[in-house]
Amino acid sequence: MNFLSKENGLLSWLLTGDHKRIAILYLISITFFFFIGGALAGLIRLELLTPQADLMATDTYNKVFTMHGIIMIFFFLVPSVPATIGNFLIPMMIGAKDLALPKINLLSWYLYMAAGMLGLYTMITGGVDTGWTFTTPLSTHYVNTNVLTTGLAVFIAGFSSIFTGLNFIVTIHKMRCPGMTWFKLPLFVWANYAASILMVLGTPVLAITIVLVALERTIGIGVFDPAKGGDPILFQHLFWFYSHPAVYIMILPGMGVISEVISTFSRKRVFGYTAVAFSSVAIAIFGFFVWAHHMFIMGISNYSVIVFSLLTMLVAVPSAIKIFNWTFTLYKGSITFETPMLYAFGFMGLFTIGGMTGVFLGTSGTDIHLTETYFIVAHFHFVMVGGMLMAFLSGVHFWWPKMTGRMYPEKISQLAAVVTFIGFNFTFFPQFILGTLGMPRRYASYPPEFQVLNVFSTAGASILGVGYLLPVLYLTWSLKYGAVAGDNPWQATGLEWQTQSPPLTENFAVTPIMDHEVYDYEWLEGQKAKEVASVR
Amino acid sequence: MSHISPVLWQYLVKWMTDFALFPPEASKIAPQMDALYFFMVLVSLVGLTIVILLVTSFSILYNKERHPVAVQIEGSTLLEATWTIIPLGLFLIMFVWGALIYFRVYNPPANSMNIYVVGKQWMWKAEHPGGQHEINSLHVPTGRAIQLTLISQDVFHSFSIPAFRVKREAIPGRYTTVWFEPTVPGTYHLFCTQYCGTEHSHMIGEVVVMTPDDYKKWLAESTSGMSLAQNGERLFASLSCAACHNARPDARGPSLANVYGSKLALSNGGTVLADDAYLREAILNPSQHVTQGYSPIMPTYQGQVSEEGVISLVEYIKNLSSDYRVQQTTNTTDLLPEGEGKAMPAATAPVKPGMVKQ
Amino acid sequence: MSDSSVVIHGAPKAEGHGHDAHPSYLRHHFESVEQQADTTNFAMWLFLLTEIMFFGGLFTAYLIYRNWYYPAFVAASHQLNIFWGTLNTLLLITSSFTMAMGVWCAETRKQSGLVLCLILTFILGLGFLGIKTIEYKEKIEKHHVPGFHYSLNSFLNPDSDEAAKAAGDKPLPLDIARHTEVYFSLYFAMTGMHAVHMIIGIGILGFMIFRARAGAYTAGHVTFVENFGLYWHFVDIVWIFLFPLLYLISRHAN
Repeated sequence: MNFLSKENGLLSWLLTGDHKRIAILYLISITFFFFIGGALAGLIRLELLTPQADLMATDTYNKVFTMHGIIMIFFFLVPSVPATIGNFLIPMMIGAKDLALPKINLLSWYLYMAAGMLGLYTMITGGVDTGWTFTTPLSTHYVNTNVLTTGLAVFIAGFSSIFTGLNFIVTIHKMRCPGMTWFKLPLFVWANYAASILMVLGTPVLAITIVLVALERTIGIGVFDPAKGGDPILFQHLFWFYSHPAVYIMILPGMGVISEVISTFSRKRVFGYTAVAFSSVAIAIFGFFVWAHHMFIMGISNYSVIVFSLLTMLVAVPSAIKIFNWTFTLYKGSITFETPMLYAFGFMGLFTIGGMTGVFLGTSGTDIHLTETYFIVAHFHFVMVGGMLMAFLSGVHFWWPKMTGRMYPEKISQLAAVVTFIGFNFTFFPQFILGTLGMPRRYASYPPEFQVLNVFSTAGASILGVGYLLPVLYLTWSLKYGAVAGDNPWQATGLEWQTQSPPLTENFAVTPIMDHEVYDYEWLEGQKAKEVASVR
Repeated sequence: MSHISPVLWQYLVKWMTDFALFPPEASKIAPQMDALYFFMVLVSLVGLTIVILLVTSFSILYNKERHPVAVQIEGSTLLEATWTIIPLGLFLIMFVWGALIYFRVYNPPANSMNIYVVGKQWMWKAEHPGGQHEINSLHVPTGRAIQLTLISQDVFHSFSIPAFRVKREAIPGRYTTVWFEPTVPGTYHLFCTQYCGTEHSHMIGEVVVMTPDDYKKWLAESTSGMSLAQNGERLFASLSCAACHNARPDARGPSLANVYGSKLALSNGGTVLADDAYLREAILNPSQHVTQGYSPIMPTYQGQVSEEGVISLVEYIKNLSSDYRVQQTTNTTDLLPEGEGKAMPAATAPVKPGMVKQ
Repeated sequence: MSDSSVVIHGAPKAEGHGHDAHPSYLRHHFESVEQQADTTNFAMWLFLLTEIMFFGGLFTAYLIYRNWYYPAFVAASHQLNIFWGTLNTLLLITSSFTMAMGVWCAETRKQSGLVLCLILTFILGLGFLGIKTIEYKEKIEKHHVPGFHYSLNSFLNPDSDEAAKAAGDKPLPLDIARHTEVYFSLYFAMTGMHAVHMIIGIGILGFMIFRARAGAYTAGHVTFVENFGLYWHFVDIVWIFLFPLLYLISRHAN
């Protein structure tokens, strides 16, 4: 008897309050949207094989990259780890029976689906071509595509995100099992807590920005219109006030996954637990104060540029701290290289490159040359795809046995991880060079001397596509044919691993008591010995 | 860069440029920015190498077969401090270095030559002070500091010259500026880098850098009659600006001779530097920019004059160095205020050709 | 210390689980009623924090534009009716009082008191919206709605306008008068957003009145009323900021 077998039928899933079922619902839907966003990416790379805009009309291309951005950010990256792995694991990791607000959790999924369906409707009925950043006055007065419906879809998705974050914060504060102090929480919980703060405080500002853009577009209120005394730079400030913390919303949960995976596959507590925990919170706090580094060339005062550039340097440091702490977790460990660990290594290398190139952009002088080019595109794909998406895959593989009771096939999954890593580098590394050369982003056509690098990039994208398709196939296969996993196939220390796979609906038959340290492998050895002894 | 041989540096840059891995350096600031860029590449490589080496060596040394029992280590405050302070120190070096370059790029020297650029969907219009107009191209001479004053007529655009390493947003409703000094003659890419709608990818052009002699020739060949200032003078008259700004003692508006670049005392008590942006604002939103001692009676010209018209007016006012010029303009209009017969200040310069028409 | 501190799977839950062991409204993922009440209360405070961030964007825009266009803001603000605005403020403050009384009635299990307080709050809320409708109607008639034939007449010729004349306003130059449209954009955006929150609150109040009459909140389970009370007070506080910022710019006794 487990949470999957307890009740059957469509309604038992669609009206569930069980955080684990909601997590599975999310997993299916975000995978669906990921492949739509991925198909759009494929179209972009196909167009960019040749210097001319010959595959599709420029209007169409503009819609393709806009919707690629919107779908990938709002319908994949933001909910990916929190709404799937976070939803499933956080209550278990803290020894609770469910999240604090199960109905809000279900509502969050329905809002996500409503937003997603609205987004698909937008795509089918002509799309939107403002770029995901829907800069005014372009989006308010100069395009006649579906700005309002897209804005509404993003608005609704924002509420879904707020409710998830709210649920997590309340749960982590109020529902920890006896003995679970803050500094015994797994680092995955810390990371999601920090991301949830950003979700809760930042997303409402995006919501009001969308409302103002909608009002400006429909009745012409003039808040962003210079002809009426308004200021388009105000839009930029309001938009980036959310959209910068949004990138930390996207990456922090992934960093939480990496902490868990590296610890488990080196059989060691995370090096510098306190530093890693505090660095997550530091990223969240500092992340609110750097938004104008997206506006360095827009004519804001030189002095505000200095302030924001300095703060950007400060926010880069906690990420560096994490990378070093993870590296030293390996020191004197006992390391194995299962698939989650391979993805984690990929994350560390690619996120280091992505993060360092962020410093190139946060430095005001070099940003002048590099901003608005493919350097930016390469930077954010390195951190989001090379970083976040690899962390997501790492987490899905790591907790797959817990969620489904089945092991995934190890050999092919390791192959997929390597293929993804190779494909990724071929796709996105050339884009750093293209950006330095000056190739602007959001261009359907480009000067012929940029073609070689673009062809490289497209070739890499095809490899990358294979790397992403494989997990969908073999994970689905494993549901029926995978080896049956026990409670704790990885011999990991978290509370979620001390109960059955898949878990009971109420997670634990008896509320656990956290009487040992977090990442306490010695305690785990003791538990194993007790089990062996009690069997005899 | 003194510690890297200039020959080696040139060779490196040329090799990279020919293989299209690195853009050409064609402005004075370009090598300075590239130095910082390569420093950052170096730091990144070193950092990445350290991480990769550590991860790889730990993976080999502490492989499960070789090292079956893990040693539980809590952490090390010393190491934490090290890898906090060293990255922070490096980032701060980059921050300061970058800030210096940033200030350099956006603070033009006093003697720079100004070219106005108006961006609109989907083309760039450049206007030289002598009246030469260009579309999607920009001719500039080497060896001179050149300031661009940018504005957009519709949405955000961004004027980017990768070979000069400069870029600036063109925004509707306000001027933005950037400057550069070209160093190497040649033709370089000009891109719009802020997504601006359907033909964004076609809002491109070329920047043609010429030797000063070639540039003089080009100027002479492409003049289309009136310079910007002359066009501005014509507008000044036709819009009846001279009715108030006529430099008489009892004039209802302040004299505009030499006002550009001066510090003005405003009626609300503050002072302001009368630069391009101020002049534009004073024409479009005059009631909030009233000079001390005058009443807020100037009407707004918003909607009556295009951005290019405003540019012409600003150029005219910038070049206004004597009251005489203003009065010459005044003389050509019909709108003399009552009380004519007041003596006019003595003329000191001969009448110039190309007078405005009525 | 228990020696099975973490559960091994397979042990079935020893249910001595008669439903008299705990109240029916205790959700099963909570250990106790106290935890449930504490948790939902914390959740509501957190939600109100998101609402502060939501309105914060509008307040930021207001601060910037008021700083840039102060004379226009003064003239435009004088177009709002102080009588209606003050009355609305009183209505809302009173409704917060009746709401707080309602929470007290729920906590002390006075059902009829609770129902009365909720109905009074409901009526006061409706009254607020009614007055807002009157005010909006007046703005529409005077063509002060941005985007709908916005008229500058009241600002260029204040003598032709009752409200401007009463406030002793001087005529504004055209370029400043144009900026009054920015003020009204913010006026409608801010009071409109506030009104949306009022409507949602009144809707929930209606629902609560039905449930209260059925005795739902006076049997010990008061968290819904308490948490709604927090929401209602928040909407009130937003208005208490909006009123002086929008209505009371540079008002002098004439």
